[in-house]
Parts: sequence; C-alpha cells; structure tokens
Amino acid sequence: MTQKFAITVTVNGTEYQRDVEPRMLLSDFLRHELGLTGTHVGCEHGVCGACTILFDGESARSCLTFAVQADGHSITTVEGLALDDDNLHPLQQSFWEAHGLQCGYCTPGILMSMVPFLKQNPNPTEDEIRHALSGNLCRCTGYQHVVDAVKLASEKMK
Amino acid sequence: MKPAPFEYHSPHTIEEVVALKSQYGDEAKFLAGGQSLVPAMNFRIVQPSVLIDLNRVAELSYIREEGEAILIGSMARERHLEFNEAIKNRTPLLHEAVPFIAHPQIRNRGTIGGSIVNADPAAELPMLMIALSARLKAKNKSGERWVEAKDFFAGMFTTALEPDEALVEIELPFAKPNTGWSFTEVAPRVGDYAMMGVATLVTLDKDKKCTQAKLVYLNAGDGPVEAFEAEVLLVGNVLDDKLIESAASHASEKEITPFGNIHASADFQRHLANSLTKKTLKQAVQRAEETL
Ligand SMILES: Cc1cc2nc3c(=O)[nH]c(=O)nc-3n(C[C@H](O)[C@H](O)[C@H](O)COP(=O)(O)OP(=O)(O)OC[C@H]3O[C@@H](n4cnc5c(N)ncnc54)[C@H](O)[C@@H]3O)c2cc1C
Ligand code: FES
Ligand code: FES
Repeated sequence: MTQKFAITVTVNGTEYQRDVEPRMLLSDFLRHELGLTGTHVGCEHGVCGACTILFDGESARSCLTFAVQADGHSITTVEGLALDDDNLHPLQQSFWEAHGLQCGYCTPGILMSMVPFLKQNPNPTEDEIRHALSGNLCRCTGYQHVVDAVKLASEKMK
Repeated sequence: MKPAPFEYHSPHTIEEVVALKSQYGDEAKFLAGGQSLVPAMNFRIVQPSVLIDLNRVAELSYIREEGEAILIGSMARERHLEFNEAIKNRTPLLHEAVPFIAHPQIRNRGTIGGSIVNADPAAELPMLMIALSARLKAKNKSGERWVEAKDFFAGMFTTALEPDEALVEIELPFAKPNTGWSFTEVAPRVGDYAMMGVATLVTLDKDKKCTQAKLVYLNAGDGPVEAFEAEVLLVGNVLDDKLIESAASHASEKEITPFGNIHASADFQRHLANSLTKKTLKQAVQRAEETL
C-alpha cells in the first residue's frame, strides 16, 4: 500500500480534508472523493479540456494535476459558478439562452476556461473567442452557438 | 487510478531538490508543470518510482534582468513568460513565440524548464533557446555548471543533463541593437504542436548589410535544427528578395531533415519551411530596418 498524504483543499469556498494517494488525479479527487461530478473527464491527457477547473483562479487541466499538489490551494469547479439554483452565472445563463450546448459534456470545461478569459478580455472579438476556445473540444455544437454564448456573456457582464 | 504508484516528495528548497535527485538518480523524475509528464504517466508510458515535485520550490520561480541578460528560474510558467515586460522588451522573439505554445490552460501550468528538458523536437522553447543563444544552468549536490543551449539538446527527448542534475536557471542575453526578429509556425489547429515552425533573427549594420543571422526550425529533425549554411549565405549582404529566396531554398532543401507525420508529409514540411523562412526573414529585416 502506498503512503497516503493528508491534504486540505478549498473547493468553491469550502475547506475539505482528505487522505489521498499521491497518484490520485485532481479530476478523480473532485469527482470521487468530493462527489463534484460537474468536472468531466474526457481524454485524461490534456487535450479535450472537459476537466478544466480554476487552480488559484487560473484555468488548468485537473487531469494533469495530482490532488496532493492542490494541498493548501484554492480550486473552483463549475459547481462554484452559480450563486444558487435560481441564479446562474451570467456565462451559464448565456449558454442557456444562446443554445451553447447540446449534450453538455464539454460545457463545464468550456465555462471554466471562459470565466478567466472574459475577466482578462471583457470585450473579445469573435476571433479572440475562437482562439480562447481552441483548448476545448466539443463534438456536438460545431462551436458557432458556443461562440455566440460567450459573446452574449461578455455583453451581459459589462 | 491511471498512473502507476510512486513515492512522492515535495521539497521547498533547491538544496533539498538536488539532494533527493542524487539519492534516487534515474529512478526519480522531476514534476514541473506536469503537462508532458502526467499525460505520459496516465498512459503508463512512463512509470517513475519516485516523483520530486518542484511546484513548492519558490526560489525556482522568477524572471529578472541582471546586467545584459534576463535570468529565468526553471519553474517560471509559460504564461509568465507571455506577459512579462522584460521579455517583451529585451527578447521580443520569445515574447512573439510563447502564445504559439499549446493553450492558455496548458501554459498556466507548463514551465520553461519542463519544456526545455522534455526536448520535444516539435516544441517551441528548445529551438528558441538555440535562436536566443541561451545558457542553461544545471545543478547537482556538489555544484553547478552552465551549458550552452546548442550543446544541451542531444536528440529526441534527450538532453545533456546527468541523472543527478536539475535544470535551475535559463540565461537569455538581451537582443542585440539593430536586430529584427520573427517567429511563426503552421499547426493543424491553434495550440496544437506545429507541423513546421521557424525562429528568425537578423542584425543589420547602418548600410543594411546583415552582420548576423539565425534560422532555427522546430519539427525539422531529431531536435532543434539550425540552418548554419543558409545563415552564412545571408551574412555580409543586403537581404533582398532574391537572397532571401535562395537562403530559404537552401535551408528547406539541404539543411532540415523533417520526418513527416500523420498531419504532414516530409515534402510538405519542407514546403512550409521554405515559405515560413521567406516570410519571417522579410519581417525580421523590416523590423531591423525600423531601428536603423
Ligand atoms: C494538449 C497539450 C498541447 C501542448 N502543445 C504544446 C505545443 O504546441 N508546444 C509545446 O512546446 N508544448 C506543448 N505542450 C507541452 C507543454 O508545453 C508542456 O508544459 C511542456 O512541454 C513541459 O513542461 P512542464 O513544465 O509541464 O513539464 P513536465 O511535464 O512536468 O516535465 C517534462 C519533463 O521534464 C523533466 N523536468 C521538468 N523540470 C525539470 C527541471 N527543472 N530539471 C530537470 N528535469 C526537469 C520532467 O521530469 C519530465 O521528464 C502541450 C501539452 C498539452 C497537454
Ligand atoms: S480530461 Fe483533462 S483534458 Fe481531457
Ligand atoms: S455539447 Fe456535446 S460535446 Fe459539446
């Protein structure tokens, strides 16, 4: 049995303490240890973007980070975006209104990539949005409505 | 769980880092951004028995000017390079090239040291180190040594580092006066590894004659490839379109040795190298002329 490490991680503002094997990926930690299944897992080698979360406020692949590395750090997942069930984050609301998703598998990763993007680029052009989406694969939408949704969100968030 | 089990160490100082590495040698791998290592571990292509995590070593993470050079700690993230003012002003070639590396989510974690030691022939940072005449500082328990970038890359995914050494610092000399730069690449999609890419530097004298030139390619052989003969064609001359064309032909036909892959045949890679060389040389000359 490999040694376990006691870690303390703040996820969406709540502090969690767990004992983890060092090889446990942050994506598996969030899903299996904390039950936060909003973070999706597609490829587990960094390509698809479905597992994107915020690590100390910056977007990162949770499938390429070990849970032990999050000890003492702050993580935000898609569950941390909405204020409550009735008040979606403006980006989520825009995805709803502009039909930015079909099956929804890619959506949490896209949202977690676009939150910091919109913070840094409050008035993005379509070209900039498409560039920023390049690290997130979607097999359903053809991206057009995703781009529309991000554009709509940028207007809502002004 | 996807990766095989390993023993995990998370040191806080460089001293502890090199002590651990000398204790475990080849059995241990450093974990930097994890953006190349963890995918390989998830596939179990790589199964290190010990991981030495560098992410809590604060003294490895900095970018600063010192004398006529920029010093960068090996744990500086690719995203830090992208937005650093000193890099933008002092080594504009690097500033121009960093956004071509992967996606923002990857650059937020990926480090300069990790990419250099990974020594992927398709990666941007290794070939940029050659183009920028970087020096790389390797450290082990008993001391440190500087290695010129041109002596550091020893083939596909292989470097001059010894099993007990860590890469700790990168030194980039400031761009020379009257030097123009240009980087570009062609990738299947934004953020993908490129099919071909070139980093170009030209220094001009007041008569617009080229006094120094650099042409370095990615994905053009088993490591970064410098087109020395094409550089010789340029030096001493005014870089008109005719000369640029012959240098581009020489580099792309005689000096690079691309292997071809599922995205591009070797012939297509040579074709790309030719047109990218012309494009970057023209832009570099224009930028150098603006300073005269
Ligand atoms: C989807 C995706 C797309 C990508 N696209 C590109 C791209 O277009 N261009 C590109 O260049 N890269 C690309 N990358 C790779 C990315 O740039 C990596 O961050 C980089 O290659 C490795 O840096 P790292 O810090 O993550 O290193 P790690 O993955 O942590 O380590 C890489 C290797 O270097 C060793 N190492 C790390 N630091 C040190 C040190 N200080 N001393 C000694 N050894 C050390 C490790 O032991 C390991 O063997 C991509 C990655 C992904 C997941
Ligand atoms: S699951 Fe992490 S990028 Fe695909
Ligand atoms: S909505 Fe189905 S993968 Fe994007």
